[in-house]
Amino acid sequence: MSLLSADNLIAGYGPVDILHGVSLRVEPGEFVTIIGPNGSGKSTLLKAIFGLVSPRSGTVTFDGQDIAGGPPERLPRHGLGYVPQAANVFAALTVAENLEMGAFIRKTGAAGRIKEMYELFPDLAEHRRRRAGNLSGGQRQMLALARALMLDPKLLLLDEPSAGLSPALMETVFGQIKRIQEQGVAAVIVEQNAREALGISQRAYVLADGSNRLENTAAELLHDPEVVRLYLGG
Amino acid sequence: MVERLAQLWADRLRWHPTANPYVRAALWAAGLGLAAAVLIFGEPSLLVNGLLLGSALALAAIGVTLIFGILGFAHFAHGDFMTLGAFIAYALLVGVFPALGLTQTGLGPFTFGFPLLLALPAGVLAAAALAAALDWLIYRHLRRRLAAAMTFAIAALGVAFALRAVIRGTMQAGWDTQIGQLPRESRQFIQLPLDIGIPPDNIFLGLAAALLVVGLYLFLSRTRAGKAMRATADNPDLARVSGVNTQLVIYWTWALGAGLAAVAGTLIAVSQAQFTPLLGWKILIPIFAAVILGGIGSLYGALLGALLISVAMEVSTQWISPSYKPAVAFIIMLVALLIRPQGILGKSAQDR
Repeated sequence: MSLLSADNLIAGYGPVDILHGVSLRVEPGEFVTIIGPNGSGKSTLLKAIFGLVSPRSGTVTFDGQDIAGGPPERLPRHGLGYVPQAANVFAALTVAENLEMGAFIRKTGAAGRIKEMYELFPDLAEHRRRRAGNLSGGQRQMLALARALMLDPKLLLLDEPSAGLSPALMETVFGQIKRIQEQGVAAVIVEQNAREALGISQRAYVLADGSNRLENTAAELLHDPEVVRLYLGG
Repeated sequence: MVERLAQLWADRLRWHPTANPYVRAALWAAGLGLAAAVLIFGEPSLLVNGLLLGSALALAAIGVTLIFGILGFAHFAHGDFMTLGAFIAYALLVGVFPALGLTQTGLGPFTFGFPLLLALPAGVLAAAALAAALDWLIYRHLRRRLAAAMTFAIAALGVAFALRAVIRGTMQAGWDTQIGQLPRESRQFIQLPLDIGIPPDNIFLGLAAALLVVGLYLFLSRTRAGKAMRATADNPDLARVSGVNTQLVIYWTWALGAGLAAVAGTLIAVSQAQFTPLLGWKILIPIFAAVILGGIGSLYGALLGALLISVAMEVSTQWISPSYKPAVAFIIMLVALLIRPQGILGKSAQDR
């Protein structure tokens, strides 16, 4: 059985539907990239899976449980993590406090995991007493990832992990995401830099106008002439 | 022609007096000069008592800034929660406790007796419970409808009027008066060098407030619930994503803010030796002045703003009638805002 499966999701803001029946599945440990033009509903899909946008219809099953429209604060307990695109750290809290918040639902035992995060992201260890708002863009993305990893999730939803980063930093962030994969964590990645994301993914979906357009292995999509022309910049 | 005029007008509107370095320098000089004058020429007694009374104001201001941080609106009913706390204490001290034979006054150096130490927590609990209940009854539904901040503030104003009317009515029905005297025993002022005389109750007030501020700091920085509160104030969506039940955090915020307000109200009633249903409403203006002066949303700002405003208000009575106190509070706030629109410790729009 798939780790995550979303079927025929219809969702949007107010009276306007953004998703018109999107389906998606993720197997344990698998990396799945979602590509598509701006406004195709990629971010909304992640929000609808996580319950930040309530789906009008459709089902979301995670690890055998129906989670559609459930309160988002319950999902970390089930092993599902989410890294939003913007404002993805607590700017007024220190780096260490951000990591503690990542393990908020565990009453004890965060210290050991924080140490592991500092080993995984040495940059964060150096700045543990700094406020997250004073970190550089790259450090912030690392912190956002580390916060989401605190509970050792089975699946991470990553919304534009490289948004606003220089090419060099982008490479670092993707390097870190790859290391997450080596730990057996699955991920759904929404990404503008589709080539990079496809490079570390097994499968990918192409969305257009809130509907599934294509689904294939990442390797084949990277060589699909139409996908290359439309989404990978020639 | 019309476009040209519109352009001119737009330029005029964008002109800001404090962008002019000379105006800024003059305002700074005026502000610092005023502060120096207060420190040099202010009677030491008024300075010290201003600081002590300011600590009670700070408890209320911290509550306003806490509620603003989490809920994002100006809680205009805050003064009336102070009144409520003080009223519960008054009703217990004057109505209930004497019937039980609890009438002691003059505890140690203080004018009040140990019954106040029972009445104070009762008022705190009542105010905290009511504030959380009102969120369940009113504000929760406004949030679900994504109401504008102004709608919340107007709702709070409605709560303020309703609460005060109920307290006035109960006061009239129970004691046939609108000014109630608290039971007390006269005590000598504590005399310090420099001719400083301090009513002993003000010492109690200052100590209690200092203890609560330290306690609040430890709560926010060390405990899981406190960190969840700060995280929710900072980024509510990310807090939910991290597993924080933000509705629960909101209830705690109300309880904490209203509880601190109840302490402040009761301490002020004790220091004035009387209770009136207008107690909190009258002090609401200095509270908001303190919050805005310090930088809205900043806890240290609220503390600092409250101490500054209170000292200035007390020292001003040396030269002008005490009825001008609220005007003094607001003039200080206005001057400070011209120099530093985000408040003393507030973050400017660029810093956010």
